[in-house]
Amino acid sequence: MTGLAVEAGMTVPGRPRRRSGPEERKPGRHLIGLVVGLGMLGAAASCSMPAGTVGESPRADAAAPAPAPSGALSPADDASIVHVLNRIGYGPRPGDVARVRATGLETYIERQLDPERYGLPGADGQLSTLRSLRASIAELHREYPQLDAATRARLEAGQMTPEAYRQLVPAERRPARILVELQAAHMVRAVGSERQLEEIMVDFWLNHFNVYAQKGQVRWYVTAFERDVLRPHALGKFRDLVLATARHPAMLFYLDNWLSTRSDFVIRAGPQKGRKAGLNENYARELMELHTLGVDGGYTQEDVREVARAFTGWTIERPQQEARFVFRSVTHDPGNKVVLGQPLVGWGGEAEGVQVIDRLTRHPSTARFLATKLVRRFVADDPPAGLVARVADVYRVTDGDVRAMLRTIFAAPEFLAPETRQAKTKKPSEFVASAVRALGGTVDIRGGSELAGASARMGEALYEAQPPTGYPDRSDAWVSAGALLARMNFALGLASRRIPGITVDPDALVTDVDRRVPSAVLDRLVAAILPQQVSPETRAVLEAQLGTPEITRLTSDDRTPADTDVAKLVALVVGSPEFQRR
Amino acid sequence: MRRRAIPDPAGRRAFVKGCACALVGLASVPRFLVRAAAATGTTARGRAKVLVAVFQRGAVDGLSMVAPHGDPAYAVARPGIALGPPRRGDSETARDLNGFFALHPALAPLGPLWESRALAVVHACGSPNTTRSHFDAQDYMESGTPGVKSTPDGWLARAVQGLPGEPSPLRAVALTPSLPRSLAGHAGAIATPSLAELDLGGGPSAAEVRQGFEALYAQSVQSLLQGSGRDTFEAVHLLERAQAVRAPVANGAEYPRGRFGESLRQIAQLIRAEIGLEVAFTDGGGWDTHVAQGNERGQLANRLREFGQGLAAFAQDLGDRMADVVILTMSEFGRTVAENGNGGTDHGHGTAMLVLGGGVRGGRVYGRWPGLGAGQLHEGRDLAVTTDFRTLFAEVAQRHLGVEEGLPLFPGWSGAGRSLGLFA
Repeated sequence: MTGLAVEAGMTVPGRPRRRSGPEERKPGRHLIGLVVGLGMLGAAASCSMPAGTVGESPRADAAAPAPAPSGALSPADDASIVHVLNRIGYGPRPGDVARVRATGLETYIERQLDPERYGLPGADGQLSTLRSLRASIAELHREYPQLDAATRARLEAGQMTPEAYRQLVPAERRPARILVELQAAHMVRAVGSERQLEEIMVDFWLNHFNVYAQKGQVRWYVTAFERDVLRPHALGKFRDLVLATARHPAMLFYLDNWLSTRSDFVIRAGPQKGRKAGLNENYARELMELHTLGVDGGYTQEDVREVARAFTGWTIERPQQEARFVFRSVTHDPGNKVVLGQPLVGWGGEAEGVQVIDRLTRHPSTARFLATKLVRRFVADDPPAGLVARVADVYRVTDGDVRAMLRTIFAAPEFLAPETRQAKTKKPSEFVASAVRALGGTVDIRGGSELAGASARMGEALYEAQPPTGYPDRSDAWVSAGALLARMNFALGLASRRIPGITVDPDALVTDVDRRVPSAVLDRLVAAILPQQVSPETRAVLEAQLGTPEITRLTSDDRTPADTDVAKLVALVVGSPEFQRR
Repeated sequence: MRRRAIPDPAGRRAFVKGCACALVGLASVPRFLVRAAAATGTTARGRAKVLVAVFQRGAVDGLSMVAPHGDPAYAVARPGIALGPPRRGDSETARDLNGFFALHPALAPLGPLWESRALAVVHACGSPNTTRSHFDAQDYMESGTPGVKSTPDGWLARAVQGLPGEPSPLRAVALTPSLPRSLAGHAGAIATPSLAELDLGGGPSAAEVRQGFEALYAQSVQSLLQGSGRDTFEAVHLLERAQAVRAPVANGAEYPRGRFGESLRQIAQLIRAEIGLEVAFTDGGGWDTHVAQGNERGQLANRLREFGQGLAAFAQDLGDRMADVVILTMSEFGRTVAENGNGGTDHGHGTAMLVLGGGVRGGRVYGRWPGLGAGQLHEGRDLAVTTDFRTLFAEVAQRHLGVEEGLPLFPGWSGAGRSLGLFA
């Protein structure tokens, strides 16, 4: 552990306590952020500069910070490197540990925190054939048209067979294709992108701002939601993220705000003409409960209604075509509103919703809520209170800068503490991606789709979490009998190369090992797949397995072991309890 | 505790208990009810009682599921989505239950079970906690401790631990992707999205390395994984021996397509395999009808159709065995009495829960009706709760499963001992 990094993390919590009033806070914000940032960058720059693919050089146009002299740094041990690779990404690939060791762990972390600046490649090159990823919502509606109502009704009523539907609509024109491509891309990126932390954070926000792709039009919106809202802001300012989600048709549709109007509004045209519309509380409640304040964040049912009134008029124009965000003053409730004890004043119209978001994202409950969730993701299911408080302070002084919050977490002693290692259970998507990476595998589009399917069988169907909470981030949610068996079955399929679109070569992990010596094969596999992480108990069990005829094939004279079944050993290691943890 | 019985003009309350022979004479009565009536006061020896808990996640609109058409405020509050008054013989309208309540027409498959008094309704049921957060309310209902988030285990897990006898590895099973909060704890409960997943499949090598996996998980220092791993393999072995997954559906039952029907079909398989199942759990979503929920037809009707078909198929599939089985349905809260601006309903308070099976004194709506008039609503907008869900859950656990009354099924609750009189 490096002294400087700790110091960088520790600088923060002291400051805000001295700044009690909000009026005092403003001038200090950027300064504190800068101090934290430079502290880490200094730590990063003082390590040896990159070699290999993990650490790319900063682009020429990006000003590199001046290296700060630091004799206090000691190189991170391999166990720490493995831990970091498991936590801020989808786990190490063969050779990653050595590459990070050469680059310096702090440098690696800093590059992950600012992938744009350092020009880290994503996985877009591998995804170039997936046109839906780049298409606008209007194009998606054109290229994957929704079935007309009559045909849909016949299909749902069973008057049309699924076969007839498939004949009517070719696969590449079916709306289902949009989701298939998005899921495949998610897994291809998880396995192959150098921007590992960005992928982790996109996934984090997908759950934080969950939308359900199977709800109505959301299927046509969710690609753009991830691409245009979550990804650009993944490491940015939280307030920008909340505002962008609030205006995106995916969120407007999923939480019904696009239909919410002032209570006395009468629909003027269309099939619903003459019907009285009115308020819908769904978005207002989840905005406070799940996106900002947290359920115990200090809002009331009255606040829910007031916030819902403030967001009336935030709706979708032409939802089955380009689905543009629009504010319609005609459906907006113009009356006075009081949110969290304070009136919304001097605003009116669309600005009211923006003011609500400003108020919510500056609320101390939001700082605490987001800090808790981030620390839970990166440190422990039960987040250490001290670290949560420090990260919440960083939120306050940086005006909700996600990158600064993460930097504080990654520099915290709690993050690298021995008890933190392997303390989290990999979610299904994390498990399958990390397994492919550990074996040095590559995936094509088909393989990405297979990985998404495997993740779904273990309980995590990507983009298909129905409740607004998204998928849980706690071990107990992912450890069940069926899910564990699905993980073991996946390990077997992967190691025996039975999954289409995924190229792994378990034998390559042991090319220079004498396969007549099972223990040597095991040593190498454990070092490759579970570096620094295997318990003595697991090690002993694996060794005991070496004696079984299934693992070690004997020669015809039944006396000397001739060959070790690498695939089976690999399956055992990937399916082992340790590999389910990160 | 005295409660005003919900109107029951036919006065059928003591029917099952008092007159098993009368049941025999009714052609439409499933035979399991006859068995249940005959077994009153004794236990069906050799066969364990089974409780199937069904969670409707997202807050089902109890006022549509079992509509209080006799309450004048009902239609007024819901001009676009209230069910119309029942019309006898018209399957397009709600089915009258007792002159006051009516079953949603999409729940028609449950009609015969009401008629034969296997089905009871508990209305205006819910939590004393007033949160309108799905997540918190589900958590409170499943932990059985409204307002307390730190409770480590679930109420069903505590119930399982209070059962006598040698536990089977498949004593408590959830047909869900992850273990529900209700079964979290030390009940050794198994969760799987389907029984077919409870196997190490995929080629000949699978069987060969299974022992390796078993050994790895048996020694794991991570207790969460170790416990799950051990339970998992025991369940796999037992399931394999029983060949439960091959058992076909019986009695011509037709389950609805989809995960909900499939999970009930597999719970029925486990029960008929007689491998020690005592508590089963499944759930389904899609109940959070903020927009265009519809009335006799529409979005909510479609969900209710699947729900009703699933429960009815389950009862038919099990046939006689249903005498020892009770289904209990639940949802975290109900929905606003008034419809919102989008032909939907927002998060409310009280809702309706169903109890179905052998030994249930069905054909009745239980609980005190608080009314939907202006002064009668919870916080001026929601159906008030007059039956604490714990009263219902405790009664089912104790009277049906045989959980000891002294067991602290619901820690911190002072209402223990109350009874709805659901069981004969």
